[in-house]
Amino acid sequence: MTDNAERNARYGKYVEWISPKTDYTHSLVKAFVAGGLTCVTGEIARNLLGMIPGVTDEQAAVFASVLLVVAAIFMTGLGVYDAIARHGGAGSFLPITGFANAMSSAAMEFRAEGLITGTAVKMFSVVGPVVVNGVVWSAAAGVLRYIVALIWGTI
Amino acid sequence: MILPDTWWGWLLDYVIVFASGGLLCALAQILIIRTRLTPARILVLFLIAGIIMQTLGIYEPLSAVLRSGIAVPITGFGASLAKGAIETALSDGPLGAFAGGLIQTAYGVGIAVAASYVVSVVFKPKSK
Amino acid sequence: MKRRSQTLVFENRPKLIAGMSVVGKKEGDGPLGKYFDRIEDDPKMGKNTFEKGETAMLTEAVEGAAAKAGLKISDIGALFAGDLLNQLVSSSYAARDLPVPYFGLYSACSTMTEAVALAAACVNAGYYETAACATGSHFATAERQYRFPLEYGCQRPPYAQWTVTAAGCGIISADGDGPAVTHAAIGRVVDYGITDANNMGAAMAVAAMDTAIAVFVDTETSPEDYDAIFTGDLGRVGSEIMRDLCREKGAELGQRYSDCGEMMFSAKQKCYSGGSGAGCSASVLNSFILGKMNAREYDRVLLLATGALMSPTTSFQGESIPSVCHGIILENDL
Repeated sequence: MTDNAERNARYGKYVEWISPKTDYTHSLVKAFVAGGLTCVTGEIARNLLGMIPGVTDEQAAVFASVLLVVAAIFMTGLGVYDAIARHGGAGSFLPITGFANAMSSAAMEFRAEGLITGTAVKMFSVVGPVVVNGVVWSAAAGVLRYIVALIWGTI
Repeated sequence: MILPDTWWGWLLDYVIVFASGGLLCALAQILIIRTRLTPARILVLFLIAGIIMQTLGIYEPLSAVLRSGIAVPITGFGASLAKGAIETALSDGPLGAFAGGLIQTAYGVGIAVAASYVVSVVFKPKSK
Repeated sequence: MKRRSQTLVFENRPKLIAGMSVVGKKEGDGPLGKYFDRIEDDPKMGKNTFEKGETAMLTEAVEGAAAKAGLKISDIGALFAGDLLNQLVSSSYAARDLPVPYFGLYSACSTMTEAVALAAACVNAGYYETAACATGSHFATAERQYRFPLEYGCQRPPYAQWTVTAAGCGIISADGDGPAVTHAAIGRVVDYGITDANNMGAAMAVAAMDTAIAVFVDTETSPEDYDAIFTGDLGRVGSEIMRDLCREKGAELGQRYSDCGEMMFSAKQKCYSGGSGAGCSASVLNSFILGKMNAREYDRVLLLATGALMSPTTSFQGESIPSVCHGIILENDL
């Protein structure tokens, strides 16, 4: 099978050469702008919410991200989020809005199989890796810092 | 806010948010084009980056300057998970590490789940 | 001993007597729009799910083709049908409403030519007087099964392909008016190690080349002997590769070669490299190609439908994409 491996490698290189490339600068600029604007929207919401008496900046940050999540889910429902994301690329899926879009689009997609067996089962089919890795790695981080604190003698 | 409370201080604040958020996303876009990593893998990568930054204690000073520019991308989600896990572990013992992350991020995740549920009842996906 | 031939010869010349295509709105807006028999604006065909819509499209194609051939559905000897969904649900659920013996076929996007090959073989051998071949695909159902939820925002590389929402049905009959199915070349499964599921054109082009060369050798013909040569759904990128691969083997395809997937959408429809899906070659064969043959613009056509035989499971497991291509030769009686 060695000659096949060589043939495949040669074909792979040729395919790489002939396949059109994504327009690098164009897509980078779009990702930059989409991501930047999403963050600015979050910042505006955070600063406005922070003006409410009794709301700390940290609370305002939480409420701002909740607002972004709800807005993104609503846009997904209306069918406009994916149209924006086709241009935004990473600028649309890296912010928390992309997380919300992935979750709600899966929920909508599998609604046809029922609320229990479709929506509820498949809601995490795209964002599952984020939640699972987040829980596992943050737990590891917590344990690690606990051990460090023990050794350091701060607790 | 660390910048002076003047109009240009405000503006600069937003420029920093825009630039840092944009740069993070552009970095993810480069990864997509260059390495053909799937979006899911890149999300996990940035999430873990946020967790590591929080664990090493470099996230807090960064987010004081970049604010939403680093908090709105998934790195912010990772950082809050780690923040909750670390704080609860230090106050309640090592088992707290497994609860703290979820407690800290419960607002966002809880509302995302509920809103997704409602949206799936109200709207139907469209063929493109 | 004779060299093994991949190409079946149908000496009794079974005819493709009628064809019917049903396509979605986007396909109807494309360059081939005026050739299709029916353009459906509603992707669900008035049903409540996309899967039911796809089934309804297939049913409509079979019934329409039978009507055009002047046949009652119950007169058809057998239905050879397939689609892209797990367990062939669209075809089987369409067959549920049709009182016809049913063969369920899966060969991904090359199912149409596999169906024609089998139907023509059965009709040629005298087992059936008439047989129907139908395949369909649907953007929304294929996205869900192979990729992401419809509303999920993601970018695709420029060489990706767009699943065609279409169904096509052809009626093969022992006699009647229409081009004859004279040969069918059954392809081997070929794999050149492409793992990028977005680049199906590149994965399938090698299968198309393999079968094309087999046809030329087995029938002792060259590309110049055909008025037109079509591949199923290689797209812009894949068909360019196909030209290069054939040139390397000494067969210059030239102007007579085009790709159904590339023809399906215009560049401004933003469908990346072009169309794909089992309905792609089915709708083009039963409307565009059949029409041009009946109008005597083409007298001899080679159709090479290609199929990528992977599943999401094998893709995630890092397997490369095997592909297959079945070819049929259609000839007008002179």
